This record gives sequence, structure tokens and C-alpha cells, in this order.
Amino acid sequence: MANAATSPLGVYLEHLEKGELAYQFSPDANAAVFYPRIICPYTGKDNLEWRISEGLGTVHATTAVYPQKGDPYNVALIDMDEGFRLMSRVEEFPPLDVCIGMRVKLRVHPAEGDEPPYPVFIPAGDAP
Amino acid sequence: MNGLARGSAAIVGAAESDIGAVAANMSPIDLMAQGIHRALADCGLALKDVDGLWCATTQARTSAMSLCEYLRLPNAYTDSTIVGGSSFEVHVAHAQAALAAGLCSVAVIAYGSTQRTVGRRAASAREHNPYETPFRPFLPATAYALAASRHMYDYGTTREQLAEVAVAAREWALLNPMAWEKKPLTVADVLNARPIAHPFTVRDICLITDGGGAIVMISADRARSLAKPPVYILGCGQAITHASISSMPNLTTTGARESGAAAYRMARMRESDIDVLELYDAFTINTVLFLEDLGFCPKGEGGRFVSGGRIGPKGSLPVNTNGGGLSYCHPGMYGLFLLIEAVRQLRGECAARQVAQAETALVHGNGGVLSAQATVILGTQSTL
Repeated sequence: MANAATSPLGVYLEHLEKGELAYQFSPDANAAVFYPRIICPYTGKDNLEWRISEGLGTVHATTAVYPQKGDPYNVALIDMDEGFRLMSRVEEFPPLDVCIGMRVKLRVHPAEGDEPPYPVFIPAGDAP
Repeated sequence: MNGLARGSAAIVGAAESDIGAVAANMSPIDLMAQGIHRALADCGLALKDVDGLWCATTQARTSAMSLCEYLRLPNAYTDSTIVGGSSFEVHVAHAQAALAAGLCSVAVIAYGSTQRTVGRRAASAREHNPYETPFRPFLPATAYALAASRHMYDYGTTREQLAEVAVAAREWALLNPMAWEKKPLTVADVLNARPIAHPFTVRDICLITDGGGAIVMISADRARSLAKPPVYILGCGQAITHASISSMPNLTTTGARESGAAAYRMARMRESDIDVLELYDAFTINTVLFLEDLGFCPKGEGGRFVSGGRIGPKGSLPVNTNGGGLSYCHPGMYGLFLLIEAVRQLRGECAARQVAQAETALVHGNGGVLSAQATVILGTQSTL
């Protein structure tokens, strides 16, 4: 069997380069899967499908980290509407005021030097 | 069903190595060896009797190999399973199985860390996680803070209730001459300390010390001939639910629910049968979560349960009687110290902090970011 041409992280990052938050879906388990992987953790099969998130989610848990130097910054777990959870941060909002249940929307933080792009969030405002 | 027989093995020796701040240039393997020497002396066995080695440290990639070399034990059965701080509770179950299978006859479980001396980052190199590292989570504190935020949201747990856990630990520590912290602590002190990761201040978070130690395990049929009263392994259980906090199935219910249930089942006991608890308190939220998940109070009631000094020296439920990772000692992986303290309590060796008529102890280890949960139930001869 030929080696796989792509890796789960590779595909995920390619989508982020295009401004998209990609996740996987298990057709047999009818469930979202995140982080991306080769094998479905629900079924053990290798038939995970790639999907693109609409970019809307809800804060599931939140903290503000106090670095030794500089201002506190937010770290949060976000539950996406498609049914998966990821670590991220809420920007453009005071880090200590980010609250559980808050609606947020995706904004891709662009690549910087060797650091690939990554998904961050801002308050959803009027979005549903 | 884990295949282990209730009471088939016992802990017969237990000792800390040097702890707190150790001598310059001491290595983690030095501390393991020192702990082994003291634990063997505790039970009257010698190094030549040892034919099984269990060990874990974040500072040596192949710690069992290093320890075999150091002690010149080329034929020892070895197991350096590492699942974070609960590695040593997992080792107890593995050692019990190895003793029952005849893979070894004298099993030693050892730990060593010079985290305080070399610095936390040098002692435990950060692993890159492409799905978490970009957000600069200060780990492990950030992960536990996220769990705490959800517990507070779901159940109304308060900042003050979390602080009660640290205050109780400190009150126990003041009764333990080996404890790192020597001064009283109040709820206000905890709340007003330096913030680290909201809602935690530095007083919600375990110490950063050096330390190590060892325990010696043998089959129950040989245990009674040794120097001290044996402490029997009555129950063991483990559950590893995730590795990174973003993959934890439920932030407010840990794998302790499963590991505890397995241990109770093997021990044929329930929470009301337990006299003393040693729970892995790397953060104040841990004690709250584990009291709930191990059945000492309903889910969500942990904050109210620990209030009013209930788990302190004057309270009704003795928890973390050595002062815990919060006030006694925490060199990065604390699990071995839980076992050492439980052994001492069941032998009646704890002087000012001794729990009266302690016949059973529940030890609960936690590894990673609430990831690897392992429970061990211990008992005296009278519980067999």
C-alpha cells in the first residue's frame, strides 16, 4: 500500500491557510471528530470525512493567564455549532470578562514566520 | 474486572528520599536510590532481595535502565510506565500483577525529581501540541483553571470554597514536620495571592519542590514476617480519559469515577468504609472533583462539602493528612507521596496528624491534566 499523501494536521493547516476551520465527521458514528486523525475514535475505521465549520461557537470554559511579564490573556475552550470542541482564545474583549455561554465567531490568525495560522474567536455580536 | 486478587500483595516498606530543596547536583536517580535504601531499611530487606523495579521521572527518558545500572540489578523485572503524577498508583497494580504471576518476588516502586533545583521547565520539557500551543496555555495550571471555571458555572462553586481546600491542606501540613510550608494560611490569603490562571492564585497550585522516595511490595504470604505491619492492596483501578484538556470528555467529571468504582469493586468496599483519604491535590479543584467522583458527596456539591474545615485536622473526613501537594511536597509527580502517607497512617506512625483507628485508606492519583486517574485502596491486617 502506498504511503498517505497527506497528514491530518497537514490538511487542517491547508484549510486554515484558506481562512477555513476544518474538522472531521464520522459517518458511522454520526459525530464530529476533532482534532483531526487517521482513524475514527468511535469506530476504528479510516473513513473520516473532512468538513468546513460555519465558524460559530459558544464558550464552554474560560480562563485568563497571567504571564510573568505582560498583560493577562484569554484561553478558552470553544464548542462549535457542528459539535466539536477546541482550545482557542477570545480576542477584542477583556480576557477576564469572557464568560461561559458567550457566542463567538471564527477569525483565522494568519501565519507569522514559521508559525502556521490558527483559529481565534471574537464576540459574535448579532450573529445567531 | 482487572484480574487482581484483593489483598494478594502488601506494601511492607515506605520512605521519602530527601525532599524540599536537595543538595546541589543531586540527580533524580540519586533520589530514587536513596528512597529505595530507606524503604528497604524500613522493612528489613536488602538490595540483593530486590528483583522488580518500577520507576518514573520526567528527567530521565529511560529511568528503569538508569536505575538498573545504578543499583547493578541487570536481571530485575522492570516497568517504567509513565502517565504523569498517577504513574505510581498504576505501578502498584502492575507490581501486584507481577508478584502474583511470579515475575518478581520483591518489587520496589521509586521516584526522584530535582524540579526545584533545575527549574520546572528543565525538569519537564513542554511538548508541542499544534492544536493548543498557539494559545500559550500555561500548563498544567491553565487546564485545571478551565475545569474550575466550568465547575463554578455549572454548580455555583465559589472562589472561597476552592480556597478552603488549600487552607485544610495547610492545617494538616502544620502537623507534619516534613512539610515544606510552615506558616498558617487563611481563605483571604489564598484569594489575595498572586494570580496565575483565573480563578487560581499561586496558593491554589501545588508547590514546586525536589523530592523522591520508594515503596516495597511483596506477596501477602511473605509480608507478615517483616519488620512493620503490612499494608495490603485491597483494590486498584485506573481510567485514562484524555491527554489534552481540549479532549477531556466532561470538564467536571473525571476518570476517578471509573477508577474509583473499579477499586471499590475489587476491595468489596464503598466510600463509607474508608477511614483516611490521600487525593492528588495539584490544584484546589482536584480535591473537590475527586471527593465527588469517588462518592464522598454528590456531583457539584464538592465546594460546599469542603467548607467549614470538614477535610482539615478538626473536620469529620481526613483528607491529605501530610499537607498534600499544596503544602507538604510536590516535585512534579506527586503520586508516590500519597502512598507513603497512607502506609504511615495505617501503621499508626503519624504522631500529631495521626487519624485515630485508621484501618483503610483510599489513595487517588491524578496524571496529566485530569487525564490519567488511578485509585488504590489499602487496608491493615484487620481488613483482610
